[in-house]
Amino acid sequence: MAINWFKYSSPASFYPLAGRMIPWAMAVGVLTGVAGLYVGFFVAPTDYQQGESYRIMFIHVPAAWMSMFTYIVMAVWAVAGLIWNTRLSSMMATALAPTGAMFTFIALWTGALWGKPTWGTYWVWDARLTSELILLFLYIGFIALQASIDDPRRAARAGGLLALVGLVNVPIIYWSVKWWNTLHQGASISFAKAPTMAAEMLLALLLVTLAFWAYTIAVALMRVRCEILESERQSSWIYETVEGLR
Amino acid sequence: MAEFFAMGGYGFFIWMSYSVTALFMVTEVLLLMRRRRTILQRLSRIRKAKIGVGHEAQT
Repeated sequence: MAINWFKYSSPASFYPLAGRMIPWAMAVGVLTGVAGLYVGFFVAPTDYQQGESYRIMFIHVPAAWMSMFTYIVMAVWAVAGLIWNTRLSSMMATALAPTGAMFTFIALWTGALWGKPTWGTYWVWDARLTSELILLFLYIGFIALQASIDDPRRAARAGGLLALVGLVNVPIIYWSVKWWNTLHQGASISFAKAPTMAAEMLLALLLVTLAFWAYTIAVALMRVRCEILESERQSSWIYETVEGLR
Repeated sequence: MAEFFAMGGYGFFIWMSYSVTALFMVTEVLLLMRRRRTILQRLSRIRKAKIGVGHEAQT
């Protein structure tokens, strides 16, 4: 099948495509989210060590995964924008940053609320928690830097460089529990070995991960459509094709 | 029901986690819908203003 992918690298053809994808992504997000909550609260058994408090993990772990994964995707788009000087790539990076920051905050927030009853403290300066906090600052720095530069091309370039440099933090977060002696426990799920938890717990975790993933796609596309409308306000195509403007 | 919400004594921590997450996700979608509406309104105002100027120039 020959699809001309470069066709969709122009904002004019990507805008309607993104519009068609949003309802599907949102529907997948809501369905898997509801299923994940159901399995997480009514099917998964009580943890023999942590009691009910471990149910926080059903948002903590997927949010933490999303915070790192979204950063990688954001950096890839930003670097693609740097290399090929494509506006839409940089706009995708810009569109992902607030959602990535939100999931980073949620990972820290839910981690603190799990840590209090489990560790006896909301926060410790251990390597995992500190590097995740740095990730939040990287997202906020990226957003603030782009917002502070008026010229969109220069803003995209500066943001792209920041995203690229900050990428070094992602493996540090991921392997921090191995490299340093952290209070945060090691990974319960990895590619190297079978997961060490009940199948129902794993199912809830994966359903919520899928939900967050679909949600991120949906809101990033909503935001990139706003970015396109704002940057293309001089172009005639938006007045000819965008519903509500014709 | 009350037992479910108590979550074996962890209710506060669990519901603070879930409610803040839900609040953030719903708010983000609502803010984006409002942003889109605002942009479309502004663009259609610009467009109407341009058409208006064009008519005046012709008469």
